[in-house]
Amino acid sequence: MKEYRTIAQIAGPLIFVEKTEPVGYNELVNIVTADGTQKRGQVLDTSDEIVVVQVFETTAGIGRDSGIRFTGETIKMPVGRDMLGRILSGGGKPIDGGPEIVPEKRLETTGAAINPYARAPPADFIQTGISTIDGTNTLVRGQKLPIFSASGLPHNDVALQIARQAKVPGSTEEFAVVFAAMGITREEANYFMADFEKTGALERAVVFLNLADDPAVERIITPRLALTTAEYLAFDLGYHVLVILTDMTNYCEALRQIGAAREEVPGRRGYPGYMYTDLASIYERAGIIKGVKGSVTQIPILTMPGDDITHPIPDLTGYITEGQIVVNRDLHRKGIYAPINVLPSLSRLMNLGIGKGHTREDHKKVSDQLYAAYAEGNDLRGLVAIVGKDALSERDRMFLEFADLFEDRFVRQGLYEDRSIEETLDLGWDLLATLPEEQLVRIDRELIQKYHPKYRKKAQG
Amino acid sequence: MKKGKENRAHGALKRISGPVVTAVGLDAHMYDVVKVGDEELMGEVIKIEGENTIIQVYEDTAGIRPGEPVSNTGLSLAVELGPGLLTSIYDGIQRPLEVLVDKMGNFIERGVSAPGLSHEKKWEFVPTMKVGDVVKAGDILGTVQETNIVHKVMVPPRSKGGKIKKIVGGNFTVDETICTFEDGTEITMLQRWPVRVPRPVKEKLNPDIPLITGQRILDGLFPIAKGGTAAIPGPFGSGKTVTQQQLAKWSDAEIVVYIGCGERGNEMTEVLTEFPELEDPKTGKPLMERTVLIANTSNMPVAAREASVYTGITIAEYFRDMGYDVSLMADSTSRWAEAMREISSRLEEMPGEEGYPAYLAARLSEFYERAGRVVNNNGTSGSVSVIGAVSPPGGDFSEPVTQNTLRIVKVFWALDAKLSQRRHFPAINWLNSYSLYLDALNEWYDREVSPEWNPLRAWAMGVLQKEAELQEIVQLVGSDALPDEEQVTIEVARMIREIFLQQNAYDAVDTFCPMAKQYDMMKAIKRYADLARTAQIGGATPQQVVGIKSKNELVQIKFIKDYEPVLDKILKDMETEFEAMRAA
Repeated sequence: MKEYRTIAQIAGPLIFVEKTEPVGYNELVNIVTADGTQKRGQVLDTSDEIVVVQVFETTAGIGRDSGIRFTGETIKMPVGRDMLGRILSGGGKPIDGGPEIVPEKRLETTGAAINPYARAPPADFIQTGISTIDGTNTLVRGQKLPIFSASGLPHNDVALQIARQAKVPGSTEEFAVVFAAMGITREEANYFMADFEKTGALERAVVFLNLADDPAVERIITPRLALTTAEYLAFDLGYHVLVILTDMTNYCEALRQIGAAREEVPGRRGYPGYMYTDLASIYERAGIIKGVKGSVTQIPILTMPGDDITHPIPDLTGYITEGQIVVNRDLHRKGIYAPINVLPSLSRLMNLGIGKGHTREDHKKVSDQLYAAYAEGNDLRGLVAIVGKDALSERDRMFLEFADLFEDRFVRQGLYEDRSIEETLDLGWDLLATLPEEQLVRIDRELIQKYHPKYRKKAQG
Repeated sequence: MKKGKENRAHGALKRISGPVVTAVGLDAHMYDVVKVGDEELMGEVIKIEGENTIIQVYEDTAGIRPGEPVSNTGLSLAVELGPGLLTSIYDGIQRPLEVLVDKMGNFIERGVSAPGLSHEKKWEFVPTMKVGDVVKAGDILGTVQETNIVHKVMVPPRSKGGKIKKIVGGNFTVDETICTFEDGTEITMLQRWPVRVPRPVKEKLNPDIPLITGQRILDGLFPIAKGGTAAIPGPFGSGKTVTQQQLAKWSDAEIVVYIGCGERGNEMTEVLTEFPELEDPKTGKPLMERTVLIANTSNMPVAAREASVYTGITIAEYFRDMGYDVSLMADSTSRWAEAMREISSRLEEMPGEEGYPAYLAARLSEFYERAGRVVNNNGTSGSVSVIGAVSPPGGDFSEPVTQNTLRIVKVFWALDAKLSQRRHFPAINWLNSYSLYLDALNEWYDREVSPEWNPLRAWAMGVLQKEAELQEIVQLVGSDALPDEEQVTIEVARMIREIFLQQNAYDAVDTFCPMAKQYDMMKAIKRYADLARTAQIGGATPQQVVGIKSKNELVQIKFIKDYEPVLDKILKDMETEFEAMRAA
């Protein structure tokens, strides 16, 4: 392999190399500094005059005297069965002191798009044991459902609780977990690791750690390595894989950094114009394939800068993912765990995984009614602040009380409380029973007769 | 194609930057289709600059090196049109996804080409013209029973026409000659048409027939005309996709073209699995039999996403030429605009607003202008109605794609995240939406529904508008402070919202509401409002009027197919209750 010492320019994470033989787009590059340190990079732009290489590690130590080797192939990830239980760096190297991964296959990390025709529609209800997810924003196998959070909120606890409790009721298949950390602190990483170890989840997990002090550009490949691993586990080995990506905000920052270094025309708030396509190439790597056993379900976590849901990162994410779970500061302040605000939260695939044959026939209507009643009660809070409770009509007062009750009983639950879907729905009915029956306009009479506590008790008595 | 220039039809790659590559030594025209690299990836010329030809590539370019060959096919990006389009599922450049699965497995790899139509399958051609007839471009030569839809085989638009020398019925592939003119021109059932050029028509007609969708808020309050244009903007999670799918399922167009442009894979799969199972309410046949789907998900190559919208509308125009009403859904035009932006930025073009290319507005208007109800060159009339979704970032309608779209389209269905949070579906805001076709369609509603309908709609809009004003007061002082009459107005508005506007797409009956039922429902609400008004004049309190029990039953009407007897009973009960109130 030919080594070049023709670096023309180094800017941030990018190096510009001149006078090379033809180099392939997206090719993997090895860089050797004068003191013999090896670094890796990837070709971002290639022409017969100049080649732009993005370096995954810090460019410290790279200079005109560094050697550049183009490997002639795109980045490939060695994958194998023995990856389960291992901890790897953000660049895919073992950092748990264990042996190298024995590769059974070497896979492209960019990941080809699943042919929409080959996809099977997601339909299996995943029970997370968290009422606000199972009841009103149901997660379905093969879905990508991000958690929108913000600094200082317990999104990690929520993610861990999902990882711990997620199961498909009535199915004995086990989940494998692929966990990719991008730019999170050592402390946060330890918190995740401790929980994985305590619950024994580590044995069926593959962990990728790019921590806050690791090179930012490495974050660009971390989720891709994680998803390549997940696809291998799912579609080659038949596991049902749950992928947790945290924190996507740090990933996007790294993307912006590279865009700036390339002097690209920036889009909104300085993020590159292709961020939608780039994020799609990550988030879209979830799903089920017809006739193939496994599945990839994604739970990316992102922190909304300034709690702003219209910021480009949550905004573009929301356009790609199938809904979002929004962690809310007000609920957290009230001391409610899990502080999920169901109003802006959404699961777009919910209807595929609920109802008769999946959960229970009344699921959809109960969920709609809870939503509507809570939204109405929540709106009234603004009014109460102005006119006081006494000025409300009898009906309004009931809805106001319903909102409080909903937060206190439906939203609030223990960190280790694993509610079954029946418990969640019955709890929903108990809350709805505090409202007059004729206010339950979203539920047809038949279901009310069957599930409303009033009639249920009568039937039992 | 262009003979004698063979030597310059091949060039070499000079630069690769993502989906945009530069070639040298190539003779090319704008929008020529080229084969890029050793793997012959499909691309299209988008810029010519001195010796450099700049090409957007429809497939992933990883691993391609400078120096690899580029060859020009000399053809524009075109689609294949002919029997076999219906029920097909294509990617953005008309490769059938089903064939791609067979050729390259579950993932979309690159360097595989597949024709848009099957060239092996034989179709039974029945001539409607005979030997000696003189035909011109666009004329219908005969028919093929494609699905339950009759496919009309036409003389290609750019043909000179002529006198028919030979025309025979029988089973043919799309490549076989079905008709010969006296000058020796041979006509097959296959047409190729460049996607970026609108297909010719004789004249455009006025939009005076509504596209009936069975969605109450659309047909009733904000109708779109056949051949019209509409935009659905919506922040994510406001039910845009469901609304579009409802339109695809229920609108009374004969042909549906659905473009999933840069959208989610799983959602596309939902469409792909749902459509074949859905029954067409009119024929009882699978809905898929009158549908063409184009699926270019967000992670499929960006250049193909750019092309997908043109591929879709060209297919729509082709069916329009046969005399069909076609409705085309593009979900989402924002993703299309983003694809333009991404490619423009790779070209290092001077950006316009928010990094979008300066030609964004021109491209959008060119696209929407391809809609319309027309008289075709063969004398039939047909229409293409375009319903484009826009996805404004952060729900901000002032962004360039939404703004430029609104300057063109005539109907705006303002999806509202707040409504969907409240589970008010379809979450179309009745205050911000509009339809500029109302005047043009009045006559149709008078004739086909009832002369009472237009005043009834105006009344309902008035009540909703009034409610919005009253709500502001209620927010400040509470509902008890309102005058008696207005308290009832609030109640009537609530009924309009909950009974008429809310519609459950997942309920077997409510998912489609015929115009006659819409009229009956609105009339029933108005009946209550009138009775309430009379009762109030007679001295009834708002509590009494609002407390009428039978009106609460009205909501059940939605879910009942043969609703008339139930509605009659409710109306009777209502009269009785009011009567009793008066007597007391």
